[in-house]
Amino acid sequence: MTIHFVVHDEGDSVGVVVVEGLTASNRIQGWIMDQDRIIDFDAKNDIPIGHKLAIRSIKAGDAIIKYGVDIGRAIADIAPGEHLHVHNVKTKRW
Amino acid sequence: MNMNLKTASFEGWRRENGRMGVRNHVIILPVDDLANAACEAVAHNIKGALAIPHAYGRLQFGADLELHFRTLIGTGCNPNVAGVVVIGIEPGWTGRVVEGIAASGTPVEGFAIEQNGDINTIASASRAAYRLVKHASRLKKTRADLTELWVSTKCGESDTTSGLASCPTVGDAFDKLWQNGNTLVFGETTELTGGEHLVAARCRTPEIRAEFMRMFDRYQGVIEANKTSDLSDSQPTKGNIEGGLTTIEEKALGNIQKIGKKCTVDGVLDKAEAPTGSGLWFMDSSSAAAEMVTLCAASGYAVHFFPTGQGNVIGNPILPVIKLTANPRTQRTMSEHMDVDVTGLLQKQMNMNEAGEALLDCMVRTADGELTAAELLGHREFSLTRLYESA
Repeated sequence: MTIHFVVHDEGDSVGVVVVEGLTASNRIQGWIMDQDRIIDFDAKNDIPIGHKLAIRSIKAGDAIIKYGVDIGRAIADIAPGEHLHVHNVKTKRW
Repeated sequence: MNMNLKTASFEGWRRENGRMGVRNHVIILPVDDLANAACEAVAHNIKGALAIPHAYGRLQFGADLELHFRTLIGTGCNPNVAGVVVIGIEPGWTGRVVEGIAASGTPVEGFAIEQNGDINTIASASRAAYRLVKHASRLKKTRADLTELWVSTKCGESDTTSGLASCPTVGDAFDKLWQNGNTLVFGETTELTGGEHLVAARCRTPEIRAEFMRMFDRYQGVIEANKTSDLSDSQPTKGNIEGGLTTIEEKALGNIQKIGKKCTVDGVLDKAEAPTGSGLWFMDSSSAAAEMVTLCAASGYAVHFFPTGQGNVIGNPILPVIKLTANPRTQRTMSEHMDVDVTGLLQKQMNMNEAGEALLDCMVRTADGELTAAELLGHREFSLTRLYESA
């Protein structure tokens, strides 16, 4: 079995793609590390290795949670399976 | 089976000050930029001598000058160094660096260029380097407990795989080394932004926590005073963003994985300051790779753990830098730069304990003399941290 994305904690809003060449509409498997659980998901965009996908529905202004900690705010609505990066999330610092 | 750190040992060189080194370098150290050419000529003349050119050392003053001296003297006193030739444009500051290094017991000789010229200076300094390399080559290795190995860490060209796997691998190794009583350090002050509360919570005493927060807040003040944007092109770096890191908070949380789950922060250090005891130290430092690793070497650390995501290629002239990655693309495209492959963590083909053990195994092999990727490829980045403009 290939793990396509990894999530730190089940409370997180994002997972990290860990394979090259992930394309939209792929049925993909994610590994939630802290709870050691596998989940199935649909990718909605082509997402490069290392980049993140949303694993829950996020509204503009929502905090993005990773490692169980706030890592920034959404500046647009983000649907589950969508690519989440600098185009739709910004730092709360600086 | 896990390495028994209590009974583990390594072979290195016992220095005059009692410290154990894992390399036996004779370095040709310029006090200032003007002395680089002479230093490189000496290193060309005498095989086994290593010039460490750099860009600074003129008209610095105050705390910035003190840091310059502390970094050069610390580099010369590092236990991986068997002898030092110091060359400066004039005798005053040259003598100050020589005296600082001599205090550790390391053999050192100094030369000034003014009133001698490069050619005579190179001739005299080459004879000194000849004697020092000859002396270093006679020194016998001795065996020491693994506890005597000082280990530093700093990550670079990080991506999301760093926080998932390569930084936690260092964390696993650091937890084990910390419990074993080793002397450890991490730093990268601004790169804790968004996770500073997690580091503060790990400080062993309220006093250490207050010192850590004072250093953190001071550095935030530097960013706030000088920024022209939200730093989204600098921190995270372009490479970090290419690798999938979105915000400084996300980068910081990955970075912090390097201090594991058990270690407490047992003290704080100013830049290039030597620790006074064992345990995990926090050094107030830049997050730029070569600057931070240079400061670790100047503080006396003997091996360095460097997790990378997108593929930082860094080395250091005197401090062996062990690089590890969990990014399968980086491992595929840049394997010659990597010492430990932990890509298996992301496919559940390796667990964190196994990854930490692989790193510790590489650490002992490196301490025993095996060359790192950076040493084989000639990476000798030596970057001095500046605090402000010269006078």
